[in-house]
Amino acid sequence: MVEKRPLLTALSHAVLILGVLVIAFPVYVTFVASTHSLERILEVPMPLLPGDQLIENYRQALSAGSTKGSQAPVGTMLVNSTVMALGIALGKIAISIISAFAIVYFRFPLRMAFFWMIFITLMLPVEVRIIPTFKVAADLGILNTYLGLTLPLIASATATFLFRQFFLTVPDELAEAARIDGAGPMRFFWDVVLPLSKTSIAALFVIQFIYGWNQYLWPLLVTTDESMYTTVIGIKRMIVGSDATNEWNLIMATAILAMLPPALVVLVMQRWFVKGLVETEK
Amino acid sequence: MEKRVVFRSAWLPYALVAPQIAITLVFFFWPAAQALWYSFQLQDAFGLKTQFVGLQNFVTLFKDENYLASFRVTAVFSVLVAVIGLAAALVLALMADRVVRGAMGYKTLLIWPYAVAPAVAGVLYAFLFAPSIGIVTYALRRWFGIEWNWLLDGEQAMLLVVMAAVWNHVSYNFVFFLAGLQAIPRSLIEAAAIDGAGPARRFWTVVFPLLSPTTFFLLVINVVYAFFGTFGLIDATTQGGPGQDTQILVYKVYHDGVKAADLGGSSAQSVILMLIVIALTVAQFRFIERRVQY
Repeated sequence: MVEKRPLLTALSHAVLILGVLVIAFPVYVTFVASTHSLERILEVPMPLLPGDQLIENYRQALSAGSTKGSQAPVGTMLVNSTVMALGIALGKIAISIISAFAIVYFRFPLRMAFFWMIFITLMLPVEVRIIPTFKVAADLGILNTYLGLTLPLIASATATFLFRQFFLTVPDELAEAARIDGAGPMRFFWDVVLPLSKTSIAALFVIQFIYGWNQYLWPLLVTTDESMYTTVIGIKRMIVGSDATNEWNLIMATAILAMLPPALVVLVMQRWFVKGLVETEK
Repeated sequence: MEKRVVFRSAWLPYALVAPQIAITLVFFFWPAAQALWYSFQLQDAFGLKTQFVGLQNFVTLFKDENYLASFRVTAVFSVLVAVIGLAAALVLALMADRVVRGAMGYKTLLIWPYAVAPAVAGVLYAFLFAPSIGIVTYALRRWFGIEWNWLLDGEQAMLLVVMAAVWNHVSYNFVFFLAGLQAIPRSLIEAAAIDGAGPARRFWTVVFPLLSPTTFFLLVINVVYAFFGTFGLIDATTQGGPGQDTQILVYKVYHDGVKAADLGGSSAQSVILMLIVIALTVAQFRFIERRVQY
């Protein structure tokens, strides 16, 4: 900082610590609730220190699920969520990188038309066109399948843009050299473009993995079969009645399990996450 | 910007764009066109006959007191989410930009709520504020004498979803504000300091104006988040209730289309939402064009 102001620095730390605590509080309570028996949670006020039912609750949730509402085991849901998140993230990256490559490195009729077609999808979130999209999925017979969970969410204008922006910054000399050496376009793609795009791919992966894992409305409509529920949907389906009739210990254990994978991805890949976030949106 | 060096092939570029274009056509253009088409149709009560009615669905919507109420709810909700979320994130980012010791730790501890699904955020807040068993409800009653029951009180329900949404989105705003702050040249701030401007003065005359592109960008993103991203959050907590006090537009599209099976009315609402999204996107792009001139 430009000058020493110990008081202001102390205030900064105080504000930051307060912020961290306020942000962490709901998750802390969730964790505590997931370590107690249901009876203890329903006592008012509920305990604020972890209890001894941790292993019990998580085992019950993972292997058998709750006994009310949805009875699907959370273990299956975690698998479904993982397949969906990975499918969306990797699928988006794969189809975007090749279409961006075509748009940047080739001149062909309809090039700009294709570019604008992709661009416009930026403006149409699933939430807006939900019912007709559901009909399309139903007509294609992909309800309750992994294909149905991933395919409609795979087209992404943001990823195509990020790759396009990045390819435009790749020096022309590289393509020239490749051509002189007799490399075709696909050889150039595999040996030059793909290795150069590693950071962009990592950044996009983090953002899109979280996007896929946290999807709600689409899986809610597409999955009617309990064995296809994703974790986020599963939590919602466990909440059936009023406050006191839900199995909060299991719901909270599931909530922790639902938060853990994306939070780990963010923390482990923090550097790429920040880069990806700032770049995909610009 | 165009590439000087390009490859030539009669078929390869088409093959490369084909997957993305195919998915876009099937899952974007076709449904969007259908939404537009249905919005001009009226279905009878049994879904057997449909009839072209022109703009009647739209006229009905704008005469519908419930729809107008949903507009007001959405406006209040998005303004609260954007203003509170941006203010909180800006304060945290300013502080995180100031401190030297532990900066990395604070950053890590502040960014992870981004990874929490809006629906899960909703469940956490619904549990904390549960009318009979919630720990925060208990504290409010015990210490402040406030009776908290968002199942009955519309304003409290709104506050609950706003809090959950801000909590969920504050880290996103924080990341952008921090990046924006770190992009401000140190020399400008040092010059202001030499001229005798204190921290508050420096913030309002130097830092805040230079941050305005970031702020504007985040404003648009937050409004988009409040409009569309919070569907899961609302569904997991209030489900639009009590009454319609938290029924935002997206939730009403879903409610009318899926639960009430009113295809024409729901499609007309979809079309209106599409227009809103397009307006927001255009606003955002005009801002990006402005940025280029900096």
